[in-house]
Amino acid sequence: MTRQFNSGFSAWLKRDLVLAYRRRGDAAGPLLFFVMVSTLIPLGLTPESARLADVAAGMIWVMALLATLLSMDALFADDHRDGSLEQLLISPQLLPMPILGKMTAHWFITGLPLTLASPLLGLMLSLPAAGFVPMLCSLAVGTACLSLIGGVGAALTVSLRKGGLLLSLLVMPLYMPVIIFGSATVGYALDGLNWLPPLAALGAMLAASVALCPLAAAGALRITSVN
Amino acid sequence: MNWQWFHRLGSPRWFYQTTERWLPWLYLAALTILSVGLTWGLAFAPEDAKQGNSFRIIYIHVPASFLALAGYYIMASAGAIGLIWKMKLSYMVMKAAAPIGAALTFVALVTGAIWGKPTWGAYWVWDARITSMLILLFLYLGVIALQYAYQSVDAASKAGAILALVGTVNIPIIYKSVDWWYTLHQPATIKLTSAPSMHPDMFQPLLVMILGFYIFYALALIVGTRSEILRRERKTGWVRELAAAEVRS
Repeated sequence: MTRQFNSGFSAWLKRDLVLAYRRRGDAAGPLLFFVMVSTLIPLGLTPESARLADVAAGMIWVMALLATLLSMDALFADDHRDGSLEQLLISPQLLPMPILGKMTAHWFITGLPLTLASPLLGLMLSLPAAGFVPMLCSLAVGTACLSLIGGVGAALTVSLRKGGLLLSLLVMPLYMPVIIFGSATVGYALDGLNWLPPLAALGAMLAASVALCPLAAAGALRITSVN
Repeated sequence: MNWQWFHRLGSPRWFYQTTERWLPWLYLAALTILSVGLTWGLAFAPEDAKQGNSFRIIYIHVPASFLALAGYYIMASAGAIGLIWKMKLSYMVMKAAAPIGAALTFVALVTGAIWGKPTWGAYWVWDARITSMLILLFLYLGVIALQYAYQSVDAASKAGAILALVGTVNIPIIYKSVDWWYTLHQPATIKLTSAPSMHPDMFQPLLVMILGFYIFYALALIVGTRSEILRRERKTGWVRELAAAEVRS
């Protein structure tokens, strides 16, 4: 039973990780975007570290969200193009499990590097020292939510030629709770409050997303990929 | 239980012919109730002690906001019925409901902004309810955009239905989190008088307007669905006969 339940999850996780490793240039895109946009903020806003410190947490979260969004349409697009998505759809496995594997791989490829790079950006945007650990925790949990929710949008738009822009439109409203609690986690820490409650709310969202998003994405893929 | 009425709903033709008889009555009811409510609310309801006459925009703003939110659930339920019972008609209802809901959300936002200027001193403030309405508008626009993106009617309907359902799961989460986000920032300057504390003389016309908006919504939804039926069934015999009769007369 457990074997059947897991069927496809680890295989697809491993496959996507290997593919990403072989195409390292593509995988580095969101991370580079994340780092480069952060140089725009002092240029556009102010180089004063006191004022930067006020907006640093929120800006890092906004940029992480945008970087994830940019990489989202690639989740199923390549597999749709070369036909392996169709193979997946006609395979006897439970469809949500391989999809959960793909979404997890997406987090390892984008969310995790973004999380690990965020202290560097925090340093450049003079984020106060109390904010670093909460930012790492909230980004680690939050970007996983983003990968899962975005996967549903990617599944809905996989067969469209200009799916990328539409995908952002569909997914952006669904991302709003994540960014609210994500930046609140850092904000609470900077105000000297207990920052675990908003982080726990993010964790609850992650739990709900793990349970529901692969199901929704599976339903969407069955409909959209044949058209 | 007798399910005949439910199975009949599966036929767009039956719906088209039945609603033909309802339409005049709905037009009449919507027109009467809305004009009674508007006249009562705009001319006869007492002035507000603090806001003067500017509060009267409530008679448009509140019903529009009600229907904007209820409309999303109507749209998502129609989509769910389509996915579960494979009912063509409910997809057409879903497609018709999306622009109506988006328009009502837009009306609610615009009237809110107009009302906000004299009351709060600004057209736009990042208040929890305003922000949630804006997100609701984005959700509606997403469903509309997704449906237009697909060439195949079938794929457009089903994809739209899934997105509407995903949105339904998210709406309570979005509302709660925006509410929470707002209390976190605590801008203490804005206070709205809540509806139950209203004077009955002001409240009664509001109830009439809400009823009027519900009937108007039903009317708009039926008219929208009927035109969608004609568009999707244009190759069937009965629509061709209908068109031929129209040309003859």
